[in-house]
Amino acid sequence: MIFNKNLKNIFLVVFTTLILSACSTAKKSGDMDGDVYTGKETVKYLASGVPDRVFFATNKSSLTTASRATLRKQATYLRKNKKLNVTIEGHADERGTREYNLALGERRANAAKDYLMTYGISGKRISTISYGKEKPVNPASSPLAWSQNRRSVTVKVN
Amino acid sequence: MKRIFFILVIYFLSLNSLKALIEVDITRGNLDPLPIAVSPLHVDIKSEKYQNLKIDELGINISSIIEKNFKGTGLFNPLKKEAFVQKPDIAHLKPRFEDWRLIKAQALVTGKILIKDEKLKVEFRLWDLTAAKEMTALAFTTTPSNWRRVAHIISDKIYERLTGEEGYFDTRIIYVAESGPKDQRIKKLAIMDQDGSNTKYLTLGNELVLTPRFNPTNQMVSYLSYFRNMPRVYLLDIETGTQEVVGNFPGMTFAPRFSPDGKKIIMSFAEDGNSDIYTMDLEKRVVERITNHSSIDTSPSFSPDGKYIAFNSDRSGLQQIYVMRSDGSDVKRITFGKGIYGTPVWSPRGDLIAFTKVRKGRFYIGVMRTDGSGERLLTENYYQEAPSWSPNGRVLVFYRETKAGSKGEGFSATLWSIDITGYNERKLTTKTDASDPSWSSLLSK
Repeated sequence: MIFNKNLKNIFLVVFTTLILSACSTAKKSGDMDGDVYTGKETVKYLASGVPDRVFFATNKSSLTTASRATLRKQATYLRKNKKLNVTIEGHADERGTREYNLALGERRANAAKDYLMTYGISGKRISTISYGKEKPVNPASSPLAWSQNRRSVTVKVN
Repeated sequence: MKRIFFILVIYFLSLNSLKALIEVDITRGNLDPLPIAVSPLHVDIKSEKYQNLKIDELGINISSIIEKNFKGTGLFNPLKKEAFVQKPDIAHLKPRFEDWRLIKAQALVTGKILIKDEKLKVEFRLWDLTAAKEMTALAFTTTPSNWRRVAHIISDKIYERLTGEEGYFDTRIIYVAESGPKDQRIKKLAIMDQDGSNTKYLTLGNELVLTPRFNPTNQMVSYLSYFRNMPRVYLLDIETGTQEVVGNFPGMTFAPRFSPDGKKIIMSFAEDGNSDIYTMDLEKRVVERITNHSSIDTSPSFSPDGKYIAFNSDRSGLQQIYVMRSDGSDVKRITFGKGIYGTPVWSPRGDLIAFTKVRKGRFYIGVMRTDGSGERLLTENYYQEAPSWSPNGRVLVFYRETKAGSKGEGFSATLWSIDITGYNERKLTTKTDASDPSWSSLLSK
């Protein structure tokens, strides 16, 4: 039984690895992993080494591994600068309906806020605002531009 | 905005109750539009001056608006005036039917106007040329500055007589006027007559405004404003210009619409990132929560009897359309087709729901029955959404955006309309780029 179970687990692990690598080799192109932007072209910095934004997959508000790493850097920075408050702006690409995108931007901003809070930043220091598809950082109509626009941006307010 | 003077007197001159021989079927695409002659309205020589109004041209101007309205329906083919065979005043008394039939007209509109004591007196008649009969006649009095509305009201009466359906010409459209580059758009609330004239701006463009919608009496508008960078639903009185925020919510409220009785606003409220649907009673100021789900619930729209609400939710994983009772119970998903569905809007007739569908990177405007069956996609485009119904439930207005180049160049936002038959797609004339249209009900009802 134990042997069986182990075998099954190994099989699962191998299988998932295969799928994941298949995905990443198939879809990784330039500055995108799947449809999540991984480049630095639009990124600004709250401080040296502290990127101001994280990127999302189409219609998703879940944080990628890279996003979580960025937000941990923001949390460290905010812990060091105790008087600093921020607004997190949530954005969507232009390929959805306006009202749904407003909701999606709100969800993305709050995903980032929640993560900062789990790293000890008080929710009182973080406000959120959604702009939906209203404020693209890249006005082009291309998969790359859309990936850069699906973002949440942490902005200093004081 | 100046209050519009409503018609003072309406009375029937005569009404022939015999069944008309000509009629227009609007339930399918009309490939053979009805040839109609709209004679310039005869201007009574006893007419007095009124402000800057060019009285001599008033008769022909009114008939031109009627012709444009008719042409826009795709159901009528207004004939060229050069071919007209009788003078307006004589035709209005009694047309020589056989002469009008020679130019292939099947229906004829004649009329007379008189300005006296600062009032505009209008009468018009609709003639069935095949049966050689008067079909309808009407006279009314209004203020002369209302002359464009006179044309729309005549258009509505004739449309009604020939199609058996209520018209939609004496109406307005509220929308978002857009200007500036794509990544720095300036947006203002704007209102215009259904035919694109009389554009007025209701906000200055200092803050982002979105999704304006009329209340049932067309006096109020609910919309989303980013005033002080706090996105909230606002209520605007069009006549007085007064604005107020709707409710006292600690986060973003958006996607507002009025209930059919105009007493409530239904909208989304985002709390800790999660959007649910709420109503607020405008008199009692009572807020009621309608949905409570960890997914995005938005774009709510009441059925015309107020008993049901259609809305958009991603509780299944992706955006789909759901219908529930107005208290939030009995939630049913109604869309199961391939692709995602958004922006459900209940038809004023109650029989259909219009929606936006996205599939394989293309955007569709469609209609379906209220249980989700009988889906019909009316138009496909790179980007289009936000359908709004004409008051008779026959036409949808929506907006389109074009694909932009690498610097955002080539981007535009425009208003379009299409019949629910899928025919007669038309671009609306607006002074600027435009989005988020909302169609009023009939103004003179």
